[in-house]
Amino acid sequence: MKLRSLRLRKAIEVTFVAVFLISIVVALGTLAMLLGSVVSTALPYLRTEVVVNYASAVNPLQAGYAAAIVGTLWVVGLTLLFSIPLGVAAGVYLEEYAPRSRLTRFLEAGVANLAGVPSVVFGLLGLALFVRILRDITGGPTVLAGALTMTILVFPYVVITTQEAVRAVPASLREGALALGATKWQAIRGQVLPAGAPGLLTAVILAASRAMGETAPLIVIGATFFQSYLPSDPRSFFVALPVQIYGYVGLPRQDFLDLNRNGILDPGEPLLASGGWPGVAAAGIVILLVILFAFNIVAMVARNRMQRRRL
Amino acid sequence: MARRLFFLKAEKPAQPPETVSAELIPPTPSVVSISDAAIESRNLSVFYGAKAAIRAVSLQMSRRQTTAIIGPSGCGKSTYLRAINRMNDTIKGCRTEGELLVDGEDVYGPNVDPVLLRRKVGLIFQKPNPFPKSIYENVAFGVRIHYRVTDEELDGVVESALRQADLWDEVSDRLGDGALSLSGGQQQRLCIARALAIEPDFLLMDEPCSALDPIATARIEDLMFELKKDMTIIIVTHNMQQAARVADYTAFLYLGRLVEYNRTRDLFERPHEELTENYITGRFG
Amino acid sequence: MSGDTEGLQARTRLKGALASLEPRYVWEVGEKAVRAVLFLAAAFAIVMAIAIGLSLLGPTVSFFGKVSPLEFFGGTIWSPDIPVGGSVQFGVLPLMVGTLLVAGASSAIGLPLGFGAAIYLREYAPGRVREIVKPVLEILAGIPTVVLGFFALLVVSPFLQSWFGASFFSGANAIVVIGIMIVPIVSSLSEDALTAVPTDLRDGALALGATRFEATTRVVVPAGLSGIGASFLLAFSRAVGETMVVLIAAGQHIRLHFNIFDQMTTMSGFIAKRATGDVPSGTPVYDALFAVGFTLFVMTLLLNLTSNRLRSHFREEYE
Repeated sequence: MKLRSLRLRKAIEVTFVAVFLISIVVALGTLAMLLGSVVSTALPYLRTEVVVNYASAVNPLQAGYAAAIVGTLWVVGLTLLFSIPLGVAAGVYLEEYAPRSRLTRFLEAGVANLAGVPSVVFGLLGLALFVRILRDITGGPTVLAGALTMTILVFPYVVITTQEAVRAVPASLREGALALGATKWQAIRGQVLPAGAPGLLTAVILAASRAMGETAPLIVIGATFFQSYLPSDPRSFFVALPVQIYGYVGLPRQDFLDLNRNGILDPGEPLLASGGWPGVAAAGIVILLVILFAFNIVAMVARNRMQRRRL
Repeated sequence: MARRLFFLKAEKPAQPPETVSAELIPPTPSVVSISDAAIESRNLSVFYGAKAAIRAVSLQMSRRQTTAIIGPSGCGKSTYLRAINRMNDTIKGCRTEGELLVDGEDVYGPNVDPVLLRRKVGLIFQKPNPFPKSIYENVAFGVRIHYRVTDEELDGVVESALRQADLWDEVSDRLGDGALSLSGGQQQRLCIARALAIEPDFLLMDEPCSALDPIATARIEDLMFELKKDMTIIIVTHNMQQAARVADYTAFLYLGRLVEYNRTRDLFERPHEELTENYITGRFG
Repeated sequence: MSGDTEGLQARTRLKGALASLEPRYVWEVGEKAVRAVLFLAAAFAIVMAIAIGLSLLGPTVSFFGKVSPLEFFGGTIWSPDIPVGGSVQFGVLPLMVGTLLVAGASSAIGLPLGFGAAIYLREYAPGRVREIVKPVLEILAGIPTVVLGFFALLVVSPFLQSWFGASFFSGANAIVVIGIMIVPIVSSLSEDALTAVPTDLRDGALALGATRFEATTRVVVPAGLSGIGASFLLAFSRAVGETMVVLIAAGQHIRLHFNIFDQMTTMSGFIAKRATGDVPSGTPVYDALFAVGFTLFVMTLLLNLTSNRLRSHFREEYE
């Protein structure tokens, strides 16, 4: 039996820790590169025009996101309107009322599995159900159809976040109310939900963030790419911010596809050389990220204030 | 000696015991000195943040003997024990001052690596913590880490350790079974075997029997008498009868300070400090 | 807070007094109604899952009425619009291979990176590093996929073109970006699994003289294996379902091949690409979209169910 060298054992440890650290650096570095490249590409196009103008497939200097921004607000707004009450109700049921039975576990499993379905499949569901079968109600590929589709997509996240928020409320709060003679629902409405409000706010922000950023479902149900009017009611056709971005990203593609086929494209030639559409796309990304970021920051601040007041 | 403890009646203290007793901590504890000590602490203090868990404890422990550390909950006995094999290092915010000499070398000195120290100084935990692996792999774990072994050598070491821990007869035919299928007492003996497999010179035991029934406890106490022939044992216990049964020397700690340290017999029959007597007779703790 | 309690007490006393006047069943009916409504909300999840299944099923069944499953799952040419060799072809293998190749290769990147990050954050990172890295990983997880697709085309593609001779649109673009995209998922879930392993196991290993690395890799990780495996499956499932990155950066050609440096399409990429614009219901192409979508749904469902199974097994051991 020979003793293993301590230096070797330590060397192995140091090597692996270095590799692990590199993993983190790679992930964070990629994020930094992403943000940096997007912002620098967007810079020439970050002017008021890009927010106020309608989309253009012809002139990048005149292209804007007006319809897309309003469309996103419509879709996200309706999605929250539908999904928050539904999701919170389901979450409260599962956490407070449901007995520990097979049915409950089945429901919870159903919610969990719904969360793992690829977003494009929700798009197909929306296409078949809301755009085609229920055309009379939704009016086809409209804001309403988009919001309903997104509601289903977002629903499991709201449920799970609500469950966690309710679970975090100390039992003493609930039991104290019940001991005073409150019914179960009175205890929940009066004590548990207000106490869990920070967590519920998280659920709202989570739902809103997802609804804002998901592109594939909206593409599949038929959101338009270039629309030059603002949606005026739930039964309008619409374009959403991420879809619009995709539209602008897709524009130079055709050029590049042709170039590629003819073998003219120089390897390493940056996308920027195609006349500015990437810049427009990048500007849209900046708008989207700013909105998402602002949302989350506001939520964090609000949550902190809520929690501080509770203490 | 155990009988005598039962006959002593606890008198009702005039004031809450804690306040009375705290004043009784001697500035200089009564400590018997030992030549050629295997383990010696000099003014050892351990801090968790700003709070001191043990303060300026100095004592010497005799080679190939069993030393018990007793005292009420929270007096720092586990902390002192873990200082010996530097397990306190794993706790964030833990600071150690003073010297702790094992075989004459300060283990908190600059040249000592805890990894090698722990090969020499084993630790048995209060709650048995076998790994979720087979019985064989549990015992083999320490060996595999420190040594390059052939399969035959390893088989031999595993068997020898299990025999030493008085567990071989019960598991020899099912070494591949999961360790968690064993009873509590067996699991603890498995943990002892696991520690013995790497042939430590010292064995630290942190209330090893507190989670076990009396029969399992008795088996481990018998084991300790056998193991004493080859190694120095330090045991922390809240059970004074146990200390009286197994230990050659006993140290009494209170609120992080050493109060008295003597041969076990002398400590229990003729305590020098009033605080010691109060604790032994059950006035507090 | 105390104001709430007093108010609640007052209201409750009042209601209690009223209750003695009102028939008892009104209260119970009210409570029951609330409970029923909430139950329905929860059942919505099941209803939705069934709705997905059914809405996909309709056109899928219609599809397999026209195209045999053998041709679908075994055919190597996918050309639903343009006839090849005389007729339109519905062999899904090119899409399936594309999906598995992209998901598999990006997992090969993302799973080790994420797992390594989890170990580092759990075992070695000083508090301040954790406090910075974890939120930043959360940010990475929150980036919309259309942005990731744009990044793939803007930065990753030129890099791969010059270093590997890739074409402008290539599977490798998507692979690299999706690999990074799943790192936060793996990292966060694996870290949870490692944390759930009781510390006395780790302490036991350290007390035997193991280095932190040895204690982690030889005891903690094996103990947490089912939880870690669940996280791996979940990340892989995410990669399988990813659409926008592939749609934007991986290309259009649908051909059965294994060269990641060339254009590739996945199942999800195909659905998103083809479903834009008007596809009349009832046509073979429309049905084909749903057949592919159904296959994708089943694949991810199986992956997620297995992952959940592993996670329950893990929870039973440690909770």
